[in-house]
Amino acid sequence: MTCLPARTDKKLGLAIDLDTCVGCNACVTACKGWNDQGYGAPLSDQDPYGADPSGVFLNRVHSYQVQAPDLAAITVNLPRSCLHCEDAPCVTVCPTGASYKRVEDGIVLVNEDACIGCGLCAWACPYGARELDAAAGVMKKCTLCVDRIYNENLPEEDRQPACVRSCPTGARHFGDFADPDSTVSRLSAARGAVPLFPEMGTKPVNRYLPPRKKDALDASPLAPLLDIKTSGFAGWLDRLLEKF
Amino acid sequence: MHPAPSVILFTVLSGLGFGMLAALGVIVHPYGWTAFVLWGLGYGFAVAGLLASTFHLGHPERAWRALSQWRTSWLSREGIAAIATLVLLAPMALSDWLGLGFGRGLGLIGAILALATIATTSMIYAQLKTVPRWNHWTVPVQFFAFALTGGAMMTGQRGLALGLLAVLACALLAHWRFGDGRFAAVGATMGSATGLGHLGRVSVFDPAHTAGSYVMREMIFVVGRKHAARLRVLALGLACLLPAVILGLSGSVLACGVAVVVHLLGALAARWLFFAEAEHVVGLYYGQRQ
Ligand code: SF4
Ligand code: SF4
Repeated sequence: MTCLPARTDKKLGLAIDLDTCVGCNACVTACKGWNDQGYGAPLSDQDPYGADPSGVFLNRVHSYQVQAPDLAAITVNLPRSCLHCEDAPCVTVCPTGASYKRVEDGIVLVNEDACIGCGLCAWACPYGARELDAAAGVMKKCTLCVDRIYNENLPEEDRQPACVRSCPTGARHFGDFADPDSTVSRLSAARGAVPLFPEMGTKPVNRYLPPRKKDALDASPLAPLLDIKTSGFAGWLDRLLEKF
Repeated sequence: MHPAPSVILFTVLSGLGFGMLAALGVIVHPYGWTAFVLWGLGYGFAVAGLLASTFHLGHPERAWRALSQWRTSWLSREGIAAIATLVLLAPMALSDWLGLGFGRGLGLIGAILALATIATTSMIYAQLKTVPRWNHWTVPVQFFAFALTGGAMMTGQRGLALGLLAVLACALLAHWRFGDGRFAAVGATMGSATGLGHLGRVSVFDPAHTAGSYVMREMIFVVGRKHAARLRVLALGLACLLPAVILGLSGSVLACGVAVVVHLLGALAARWLFFAEAEHVVGLYYGQRQ
């Protein structure tokens, strides 16, 4: 049923550190690599080497410039994937029951055998987190690597989402937001984490840790160099050249 | 939003069909071959619209599954309401055609179900918070106005049709008037999309991908929006004003026919705009708005 569970035992999700993310796209590649061969239909590409390539990705990294008044502009890399919302509109709109939210851990999944590929869930998601697979005709989305995190065939350290495991800067943290003592909960509290699109009423589980405050220099350290008074021959040359 | 032809045809044709079925259920009581033609057209449009809606599915052969989630899904409710209407009105149609003399009670229930179907169709769009222009009462009003106007025109209810054409014109104008301010009213910005708004002004530094994607093709449609103002005039003229003039001048079958065709062209233009002008908040991640 596409009714949302009143509450879930756990709230598994990601805390993504925008201060640390360097926008290398390792998570994008690792995600596509893992989900191409595990859970459900592979993430197909259309015309991958041609003039108009296109394909399914469950995670995409944006780069933004943020300009505060009187401060230097900063670049922020923002990976965008399913936030496993508590009030997931993608689940309730689904006519077939293919979209569902798990009671045990809050992960939002698609049962691909029941999906008719109507696309309504992708319309309902504010975050653009769902992409219809053109080859399989079914909806694809982040599974939080449900086939890794509980997988006892994998070594302990690999029982994390592929994006978290592959991030070279450790910008991605996986854990249970329902547990106030988990790493993700503590990080979120310490860093003043923000939800995306709060006005959409989706109550996303994933949190984004905003970039830390940067130091602002009063003036350029090179400023004194710009004001050198020349003397002697150089001074004469300087004055002469200014005449032209 | 991408104005897919299958969805435009689906909403326009099924709206017209269920509008006709509602009219035939309660207001118009044709008999003999007139009944056969009118009920046949009503059923034809309704079914053609429903079939068109399955064209854009990834797995049309599983469409029956869409009847299962009526508790939360407007799309599911629509499927159920549509089938219930078609099944319940069938005896009424047969009775009108063959003169079986069944009571009109069935027609009344069927008409109510037809109206419910129109309501559920409109709610598929109006429920979406992510598309502020649609997430507004003017959407169900517009869908009802279109369906009832088409139904009245197709069943030759000249006086009623003239009144409804005026209502439809107001509904369209209200949808455009309120719709234009909806995105700003909802308050979604690049700042709230990225959660970075409290740090300063956010703009796109580098796109997330250089090739197209499903989300961009489906939700970030900008082609042709610059013609919106002209298309609105065209839609209003064809859907409302011109049919009203034609019906005002003559009540002949030919005049009714011409008026309906002109009205339908206007309805298609209005529905194209309904999709093309609707902006999805996901566009903010791509810098489509500030
Ligand atoms: S991010 Fe989108 S796809 Fe994921 S749960 Fe929320 S609404 Fe659904
Ligand atoms: S595309 Fe599939 S999962 Fe999404 S709403 Fe339609 S049937 Fe449900």
